[in-house]
Amino acid sequence: MATHPAPDRSTGPGRSGDPDRTTTSTVTLRVNGVPRRLTLDNRTTVLDALREHLDLTGAKKGCDHGQCGACTVLVDGRRTNSCLLPAVAHDGAEITTVEGLAELVGPAEGGALHPLQQAFVDRDGFQCGYCTPGQLCSAVGAISEAAAGHPSYVTSLTAGPPGPPVPLSPDEIRERMSGNLCRCGAYPNIVGAIEDVTR
Amino acid sequence: MRRFAYTRADDVDAAIAALADHPDGVFLGGGTNLVDLMKLGVVSPGLLVDVSRLPLAEIRETAGGGLWIGSGVRNSDLAAHPAVRTRYPALSQAVLAGASGQIRNTATTGGNLLQRTRCLYFQDVGKPCNKRVPGSGCPARDGVHRDLAVLGHSEACVATHPSDMAVALAALDAVVHLRGPGGERTVDLTDFHRLPGDEPHLDTVIRPAELVVAVELPPPPAGGSGYRKVRDRASYAFALVSVAAALEVRDGSVQDVRLAFGGLAHKPWRARAAEGALRGARATEESFTRAADAELAAAEPLRDNAFKVRLARNLAVRVLSGLASLGGAAAVTEGTVS
Ligand SMILES: Cc1cc2nc3c(=O)[nH]c(=O)nc-3n(C[C@H](O)[C@H](O)[C@H](O)COP(=O)(O)OP(=O)(O)OC[C@H]3O[C@@H](n4cnc5c(N)ncnc54)[C@H](O)[C@@H]3O)c2cc1C
Ligand code: SF4
Ligand code: FES
Ligand code: FES
Repeated sequence: MATHPAPDRSTGPGRSGDPDRTTTSTVTLRVNGVPRRLTLDNRTTVLDALREHLDLTGAKKGCDHGQCGACTVLVDGRRTNSCLLPAVAHDGAEITTVEGLAELVGPAEGGALHPLQQAFVDRDGFQCGYCTPGQLCSAVGAISEAAAGHPSYVTSLTAGPPGPPVPLSPDEIRERMSGNLCRCGAYPNIVGAIEDVTR
Repeated sequence: MRRFAYTRADDVDAAIAALADHPDGVFLGGGTNLVDLMKLGVVSPGLLVDVSRLPLAEIRETAGGGLWIGSGVRNSDLAAHPAVRTRYPALSQAVLAGASGQIRNTATTGGNLLQRTRCLYFQDVGKPCNKRVPGSGCPARDGVHRDLAVLGHSEACVATHPSDMAVALAALDAVVHLRGPGGERTVDLTDFHRLPGDEPHLDTVIRPAELVVAVELPPPPAGGSGYRKVRDRASYAFALVSVAAALEVRDGSVQDVRLAFGGLAHKPWRARAAEGALRGARATEESFTRAADAELAAAEPLRDNAFKVRLARNLAVRVLSGLASLGGAAAVTEGTVS
């Protein structure tokens, strides 16, 4: 599943024996392939580090409580809600945001898009666009989970033994993408865009 | 949010020692519940001891033919593990029925067991709540309680435990391995979570600075197992009612059965009365209904959640019938439950 080499985590915050009571930490996040060293209040989430400290405003803050998926990014190749991740706990992590998606598939000069981004454009997979960065990162994660044979709740009710990639039917896509809400209701075209790139 | 210090222990004993020395600290697993509650001001630790990188993320078969699940195993890895999918399908299905793909990628086995109730008053620091502030009262009893308990609640608290995973573990006779300043011990999963009584601030029997090390499953029950969840939307919502069951039928009779309900109580509700009524009985819808009714006779629904009793009965009958008709195969088919 992991699409990145395991990061070196032998050093970093909180590594000394007795915890001193400082409430800030220096961490290195590898964001879209570039190491970024930051000194942050321990309360800072990965989402706030990206948006407020690194000027990467692609990942959105919808609910800030894990409920909407607008903040979805890939951490060490896996999709997760960045609003619930303390940055201090992710020292050394490899983070891919919507700004770095295209580079996952090749050099992204001249504004090249990830195939899924192109499919969203072709399919009109959005209206206001607020949920879109999260939808894209989530879908990239969901596609690799299915390719690795990971089941979903609807797979587990119908499929046989584990192993081979799970084909992404519309029902599978809807279930796997249920952590990403879209207030504009662009769901049908989001499902269509994901189907397009997995066909 | 209160400022907090952070430490990442290198081994289990260092993690326990860090908390034992700092009573205002808490363990950090994936953070998907803890960070949420810290933002809401429901919990305000002064120290986070990060246990998510301890070497506790292993799933392995035990010598006795069971399964050892480290407390650091992420929910998505647990659900996808071949041994879990093939031998304990109810557990895989229960985990997959919970939260979202993103949250399951981050949430850990230990954190899932110790997640707090979703009672609205518990999450709102502007309201009284005996679980959050002992002695302040329980506004849910006469207020918004449609999602809350019908079994085993008390005057002090009518909350439910929200975990799907724990319901399957309860049905599968899991054992929780704990390690703390006083050493190691094991607790049956069905005894790990508590009923609220007059101490609703205690969700479980875990002691200060005690770490969940692992959950151990005995060999899978003969026959099949399954998990079904009913909720207000098709996906990504907490259970109104859920059922985990394992059933072995021989010559048309129930040889063995395990049944647990979620969404009904302050803990996963292992339905021993129903199991007792079913052992040796014909594996028919009538027996399943009678057994579920026997269990739910103890229900004391609140003003707005009586629907849960009938829902729980019908869901149990459907899950057991599905397991019976499939000769115990894993799948439980979709259908209307009402
Ligand atoms: C929007 C949303 C929807 C959700 N829907 C569902 C759902 O439908 N079904 C469901 O079951 N769950 C659901 N969840 C809850 C989710 O499953 C939990 O948040 C998650 O399992 C907690 O795991 P964690 O590792 O992130 O725990 P954390 O948040 O890190 O910790 C939770 C608690 O456990 C303690 N802890 C963590 N690890 C250990 C350990 N090893 N030993 C001792 N104590 C420990 C922490 O101190 C804390 O008190 C949902 C969550 C969100 C945000
Ligand atoms: S039901 Fe329990 S958690 Fe909810 S308000 Fe009452 S005491 Fe608090
Ligand atoms: S902002 Fe993170 S899930 Fe809504
Ligand atoms: S496009 Fe507007 S929220 Fe999804």
